[in-house]
Amino acid sequence: MTAPLLEVSHLRVEFPTRRGTLLALDDISFSIAPGEILGVVGESGAGKSLTGAAIIGLLDPPGRIAAGEIRLAGRRIDNLPYEQMRRVRGREIGAVFQDPLTSLNPLYTVGHQLVETITTHLDLTASQARTRAIELLASTGIPAPEARIDHFLHQFSGGMRQRVVIALALAASPKLIVADEPTTALDVSIQAQIIALLKKVCKDQGAAVMLVTHDMGVIAETCDRVAVMYAGRIAEIGPVADVIHRPAHPYTVGLMGSIPAMDEDRERLLQIDGSMPRLTAIPAGCAFNPRCDRVVERCRVERPDLAQVGATSAACWRPVTVEVAR
Amino acid sequence: MAVDANPHPTPSASALRGFFDGDVWHSFRSSPVAMLAAVITLICFVCALFAEVVAPHNPFDLATLELMDSLKPPVWVSGGESKYLLGTDGQGRDILSALMYGARISLLVGIASVLLSIVIGVSLGLLAGFLGGRTDAFVMRICDVMLSFPSILVALMISGVGRSLFPNAPDALAFVVLVLAISLTGWVQYARTVRGSTLVERNKEYVQAARVIGVGSFRIMRRHVLPNVLGPVLVLATIQIASAIITEATLSFLGVGVPVTSPSLGTLIRNGNDYLFSGEWWITAWPSLTLVLITLSVNLLGDWLRDALNPRLR
Amino acid sequence: MIASSRDTNARQAFSNFMLVFILRRLAQAVVVMLSVAFIAFMLFQYVGDPVTNLLGQDATEEQRTALRKDLGLDQPFPVQFARFAVNAAQGEFGISLRQGRKVSSLIVERFPATLELALVAGLIALGFGIPLGVYAALRRGKASAQLLMTGTLFGVSLPNFVIGIVLIWVFAVELKWLPSFGRGEVVDFGGWTSGLLTRDGLLHLILPAFTLSAFQLTLIMRLVRAEMLEVLRTDYIRFARARGLTNRSVYFGHALKNTLVPVITITGLQLGSLIAFAIITEQVFQWPGMGLLFIQAVQFADIPVMAAYLCLISLIFVVINLGVDLLYFAVDPRLRVEGKAH
Repeated sequence: MTAPLLEVSHLRVEFPTRRGTLLALDDISFSIAPGEILGVVGESGAGKSLTGAAIIGLLDPPGRIAAGEIRLAGRRIDNLPYEQMRRVRGREIGAVFQDPLTSLNPLYTVGHQLVETITTHLDLTASQARTRAIELLASTGIPAPEARIDHFLHQFSGGMRQRVVIALALAASPKLIVADEPTTALDVSIQAQIIALLKKVCKDQGAAVMLVTHDMGVIAETCDRVAVMYAGRIAEIGPVADVIHRPAHPYTVGLMGSIPAMDEDRERLLQIDGSMPRLTAIPAGCAFNPRCDRVVERCRVERPDLAQVGATSAACWRPVTVEVAR
Repeated sequence: MAVDANPHPTPSASALRGFFDGDVWHSFRSSPVAMLAAVITLICFVCALFAEVVAPHNPFDLATLELMDSLKPPVWVSGGESKYLLGTDGQGRDILSALMYGARISLLVGIASVLLSIVIGVSLGLLAGFLGGRTDAFVMRICDVMLSFPSILVALMISGVGRSLFPNAPDALAFVVLVLAISLTGWVQYARTVRGSTLVERNKEYVQAARVIGVGSFRIMRRHVLPNVLGPVLVLATIQIASAIITEATLSFLGVGVPVTSPSLGTLIRNGNDYLFSGEWWITAWPSLTLVLITLSVNLLGDWLRDALNPRLR
Repeated sequence: MIASSRDTNARQAFSNFMLVFILRRLAQAVVVMLSVAFIAFMLFQYVGDPVTNLLGQDATEEQRTALRKDLGLDQPFPVQFARFAVNAAQGEFGISLRQGRKVSSLIVERFPATLELALVAGLIALGFGIPLGVYAALRRGKASAQLLMTGTLFGVSLPNFVIGIVLIWVFAVELKWLPSFGRGEVVDFGGWTSGLLTRDGLLHLILPAFTLSAFQLTLIMRLVRAEMLEVLRTDYIRFARARGLTNRSVYFGHALKNTLVPVITITGLQLGSLIAFAIITEQVFQWPGMGLLFIQAVQFADIPVMAAYLCLISLIFVVINLGVDLLYFAVDPRLRVEGKAH
């Protein structure tokens, strides 16, 4: 097995506030192989975006990494001083954010922003950078890139803007892209296009992707593996097909079950009772235990670690195994 | 589900108790600056209000003035007397006492102007927001035009026109014109804020429900919209008081403010300015310092209040 | 091919839009000026005696009767107003009650002094205010920034004239470095008098200009800081950091440009405000400008001068507002094509 590109070990992210310290990410561990697409899925507030922010080193203060390690190609990046981390950003890790309308500076042309990113990281002349910028725009499917390179943000439609953002993220050929809800702010009809584009250009450049989203459909279409997050912890992680069709963690089971399917005939939508706990009130033991229908006493006391169950790893004392589901 | 016709009860004793338990009071007690500002403001208010009792002399009682005592420096400079702690002016008036009486005038005019501003602004804002349509457009137009003119100009014009219309006016009228002039420079902010809040509240269901029941427009405005709007108005008011005091001081300094017989701090500064070059610095220094102290404290309080009431910063 | 014709269309649409915009603003400006002229007219006619206003106090009875007939004071209101407006447009406001000279010549005489003072004060306010504001935003939380912000509180709480008096006391009375009275030596070229060309004139300009700029300086500083802090919180700044751009690019390439766009327009409007606040500064320093003239007019109830000043100031404001709107167009590309910002 090749060495992982990104390795996150026992990551803890805290938010010290006036009312005490909030634990937003509690002992997260996962890895991403080179060229792999890992999906990170979960409800709002589960900590998916925070994980991405921690990896690129842009946690909003007062948030801070309290424990754990993040390694990129073997090298630790969570404890780098700002200037060194700045060089990692863009050059080795690219980012795509949710809302393309606010991701770009409205007062500069698209070309200006592309060229400045390119020249910051790569040793190219201005005209070489411009050529590369045009190529990038072309590769993300923007028509007439030689003309549009001098256009402003407001002259692009929503889908086009996100293509520009993707081009910007790939400008310096990073090996890892962190995409935080890249299609949530787009029209449904455009979403599929953008996701397909992301997948294509990343495969072309050999870049790995950490795709954060709450949309299981996108995960199913795009990802090789998926991590399910709950209350700042990873509930389950494994190959996409296995997590979707043979989920082991009761939360994942509930998630998959609550997705309506076109070919099924149901009268009521299934839902998981209760709601995800707030950061200030995470239960002892397994965070999911108040809502779980498979709960035992151990779940309320001891927090489970990720353990292999079939093809996936789940953090559960009584995971759903294939025999039981049948 | 029954529609609650009044989900926003007017402040009561329980709300007052809630205030002291809440974030605002906590923020106050943890900010030494705010507390200092409040203390200073309180001292100035008390001295001004009870000037007759607190001041060592009465600078306006001509019988007590002794020309021999004029131009005496403060007590710690050679030539000073403990009778006149901060020195005397060209007519022998005790500066400390003149300060207190002057501060009273400044504060009275300032507060009166702000109150009048609030009345004008809130009423117009409510009308504009609630009635909408052309009333709204008209009021907003006026607001825009007034905002584009600097306040001092408006105050000066009204003052000037007042003087022309009533050249031999009694003092009381002069005060009225002055208060009117200053209040007309400040009402726009209230009008805009109140209009904004009114527009928001107007579309809420409880207002529509009240209308359906047949409650009159004015009653709705008064009982439902008004209490929701008081918070920002309060913050504005504290900021505007300082601005009103400064405007009054400026007008009096320019000679077109309070009548000469009731000098405010601005008048005192004006009078003292003539003595600056001949070395009697204290005549203008103390009123200036007092004015600055008052406006600074009020501004600090206003700043703190705005931060404390701003949910985003908590 | 497609792109170029799209561009020409866009350019055509843009010029059309600009034309409509300018015409509309001009129309608004005319309306404002007419309303101001109306107020000035009311002052002129009904406060005090218009005949005295026009002829001065030393006119004979015959001159008065003749003028009364001439003015057609028995004519209907709109006619009188029209006459006034036409006169006003030509700068004819009669004779100053206090000085017995034509108002227009008084104003022309005094205008350069005020304008120079206001311009220099504006430059000082911008030149210090913007850098200090940026500094306070970037070094937020540090002691130096806190100190600066406390300083702004002073700037906002100190009235214009108190600052002037303090400066006079320190620099003119105690240190005796700078003059505190009047304009000093001025150079006269064809109607415009300038104090900027002589050392004496410049020395005289220093204290009043700094006094006048103080309030605007604090305002600009607070505004720049607030805007910059807002901008630094935006997604595009975050994305700029995520792309690994240097701090210099992020702060001065992106954040500063976005901060300055609203600041520039507000500052433009401040110029008018400076001219008005010059009234106070001119009184403190006895600076022979329009402001001092106006104050003396208010004290004396000199209606013609007051009316003229009002109209002139309004004109200045209207022109500045229009200029600022056009400036917005030049600076914000969003407005050029679609005509409104997102």
